[in-house]
Amino acid sequence: MYVAVKGGEQAIDAAHRLLAEERRGDPGVPSLTLAQIAEQLTLAVDRVMNEGSLYDRELAALAVKQARGDLIEAIFLIRAARTTLARFGYSEPLETQNMRVKRRVSAAFKDIPGGQILGPTFDYTHRLLDFSLAGDPELPEAAAAPSGLPGGLPRVLGLLDAEGLIEQPSAEAGQPADLTQDPLNFPAGRDLRLQNLARGDEGFLLALAYSTQRGYGRTHPFAGEIRVGMLEVSFTPEELGFPVVIGEITLTECEMINQFKGSATVKPQFTRGYGLCFGQSERKAMSMALVDRSLRAGELGEELTAPAQDEEFVLSHSDNVQATGFVEHLKLPHYVDFQSELVMLRRMRSDDGKDELEAAE
Amino acid sequence: MNAPAYNFAYLNEQTKRMIRRAILKAIAIPGYQVPFASREMPMPYGWGTGGVQVTAAILTPEDRLKVIDQGADDTTNAVSIRKFFVKTAGVATTERTAEASIIQTRHRIPEAPLTEDQVLVFQVPIPEPLRFLEPRETETRKMHALEEYGVMHVKLYEDIAQYGEIATTYAYPAKVADRYVFDPSPIPKFDNPKLDDCPALQLFGAGREKRIYAVPPYTKVKSLDFEDHPFEVQRWSEPCALCGSTASFLDEIVMDDKGKRMFVCSDTDFCAKQRGEA
Repeated sequence: MYVAVKGGEQAIDAAHRLLAEERRGDPGVPSLTLAQIAEQLTLAVDRVMNEGSLYDRELAALAVKQARGDLIEAIFLIRAARTTLARFGYSEPLETQNMRVKRRVSAAFKDIPGGQILGPTFDYTHRLLDFSLAGDPELPEAAAAPSGLPGGLPRVLGLLDAEGLIEQPSAEAGQPADLTQDPLNFPAGRDLRLQNLARGDEGFLLALAYSTQRGYGRTHPFAGEIRVGMLEVSFTPEELGFPVVIGEITLTECEMINQFKGSATVKPQFTRGYGLCFGQSERKAMSMALVDRSLRAGELGEELTAPAQDEEFVLSHSDNVQATGFVEHLKLPHYVDFQSELVMLRRMRSDDGKDELEAAE
Repeated sequence: MNAPAYNFAYLNEQTKRMIRRAILKAIAIPGYQVPFASREMPMPYGWGTGGVQVTAAILTPEDRLKVIDQGADDTTNAVSIRKFFVKTAGVATTERTAEASIIQTRHRIPEAPLTEDQVLVFQVPIPEPLRFLEPRETETRKMHALEEYGVMHVKLYEDIAQYGEIATTYAYPAKVADRYVFDPSPIPKFDNPKLDDCPALQLFGAGREKRIYAVPPYTKVKSLDFEDHPFEVQRWSEPCALCGSTASFLDEIVMDDKGKRMFVCSDTDFCAKQRGEA
């Protein structure tokens, strides 16, 4: 007579043991080390740090391993770990012009002061499977930059700015907003939007950015400059009163040049879109810059017609940890609500002269 | 790399203070959705992160915690959340409604009456009762501020025009203390009458949506209806097959592939007690 529909505890324990076994895979194959993941799956680790909003290669590598390579699950693990950390304050603002650049390209000019630096990129590889990687081949020696990594390269958009051809970066004084400390509120300032986009899902931003290129809120973008490199982070402890270098991080920055804006009184100028990410994440930084520009439509007096221009739509749905949780929560039991619907539907149907209710019972 | 030592109930004290401030504000303005800086928790959004944060913020080492999902202590998500607090806070737990000082729940209010010494913490997926009528938060906040609830009544009226009755069966909107229309979370409307004039403090946490709201003890909660279509709750034509209760919410269990059904209490503690087992 009794149907075991509520057997939670043992089932969970058993499922966890099974998961651990599946995660490990064939025990005859050596277990992945965190160093292997951090060194050889670098871009996966970069993405997890980015959207996990925590710069820690070792923890991100651990998360990738624990998540069986599911990056959104790994991001989730990092976010949950981040929650538990005490907050000491803001670091000093980073001056990305000081970045020690390992890659830097501009699509706006053929040559730029400091030069185009191709660096490590998939861009011009032929996407042919390299069967030698099934083994562990000898690598050709990499060409080192003649004088190490150059720092202090001028910004391409700075060159336009010197001629007054591009708007000044919009900035407001005071502390930037922080959606990890305050709930997201609308309308959001550009600072808050950029933070949201920096943590946002790469795939979601990519699709939105793509949609702007296909006519859903066109912004006529040019990749003014994309740079990838290392930058020192400083923090000023209250008791010392002067900044101390606490580490070095890799960043990707994208500055887009977009269609101009002018009026009867102001001469037309190009406008800006901005993207900044941890690690080497060019797809993400470029998508972010396109979406940032689209979200400025209101500020720039453009007609609001496309999803990528809709601040509430974009910011409310960009977070993949939130999104995956709510979509997947449909796996949780909903017996009670479903029962309520069943009872009503049967009654509605029985009102039509059918005896469905009795038949079912 | 060592596993970090977690604070009591997982969240750090800064975060707990922030959540407690939101809770106090929520209690001061019954039914009003207080924005709070919801944190990422180690369980997914949509699986109770709001309730877990509220519980973590109010939990003390002396508390005795009960966690239910669909009315039952033994459903997987309830087990998981209970284990989380046993692991991170080391608190005592119970399955008995009467013995719990804090009850975290998803989708039900226990059948047994609650007392002044208890807090009921609801897990909330969508805190905004107007959300499915107006998707924009900027609009719905204005509507609450202006007490502009006409669209909700129109929706309920359209149900009556179309189906002959109000077709909302769970997450049924109600007005708190004659002011704010609120979403009592997806409890069946069967449970709505228990919200009214309840001696226990009722707290609602929505993690993904970053909102906390409250129904303080002994507060009026009136489910929306019309004079000629008064609010009604679900009824079953048969009693619980295990305990014989005719007053509880019943889950339907499919016994075989021939359409055989059995109806049993969704509140497992209530059912066990009726059978004299608890």
